[in-house]
Amino acid sequence: MKQQIRDADDVRIISLSGKITIGAGDVMLRELINESLESGHTKLLLDLGNITTIDSSGIGEMVASYTSAKNRGAELKLVNLSKKINDILQVTQLITVFDVFDNEAEAVQSFG
Amino acid sequence: MWATLSLESRFESIEIAERALADLFVEVGLGGDEEYWILTAVREAIANAIRHGHHGRPDESVRVDYRVEAGSVSITVVDQGEGFDPAVIPDPRDAENLLKPCGRGIFYMRRFMDEVIFRHGAGGGTMVCMSRKLTQRPIKE
Repeated sequence: MKQQIRDADDVRIISLSGKITIGAGDVMLRELINESLESGHTKLLLDLGNITTIDSSGIGEMVASYTSAKNRGAELKLVNLSKKINDILQVTQLITVFDVFDNEAEAVQSFG
Repeated sequence: MWATLSLESRFESIEIAERALADLFVEVGLGGDEEYWILTAVREAIANAIRHGHHGRPDESVRVDYRVEAGSVSITVVDQGEGFDPAVIPDPRDAENLLKPCGRGIFYMRRFMDEVIFRHGAGGGTMVCMSRKLTQRPIKE
């Protein structure tokens, strides 16, 4: 998995590409979210547009990241989901947990 | 068409197993969404063998058998672990489990394959037998 990090106003945008899978991408995702939270960012946007594969460990890390953010008074939202990742969130019913957006501008604005 | 793999019990082996099945699909002329979800189920079965069957012990091995026949694919994954009772696996969609970071692997397998059966392996451990009917017919079998 590769990542690109940038800030739009006070929203930290983490763009990921490749695989979020057991033993590799899942660990990296955890570290990226923890680093962002520890550096004081409270508005996190995960851009999954270039993720090709996400296994149950990757989904688990996304859930753990969501919980970590919430517990610290921060928010984690998702943008640019591929059809397959959207399907995964639908079948696991996690689509009811995450705030999901189709485009970045709309997602950034939603943080208020 | 068929293939048999004996893999070291480490997460990198999942990539090898995925590549081998993808190659088999290419060889028989299959591809697309159907292939993607089958590969997803395979990844979960092998990850479970490594993480839960062998508890990360790299000296154990995971055996994987693939068979692509007329209109169906069947996959067997065998580990050398202690085995487990699949009946006690909770539904990750239940409200009390929804925010748990783990417990979705078997759900993935059952969701993306038509049949998933857990047996005790001949030498102990768990044998997972999965199959799925293919909407695409293989060019070769």
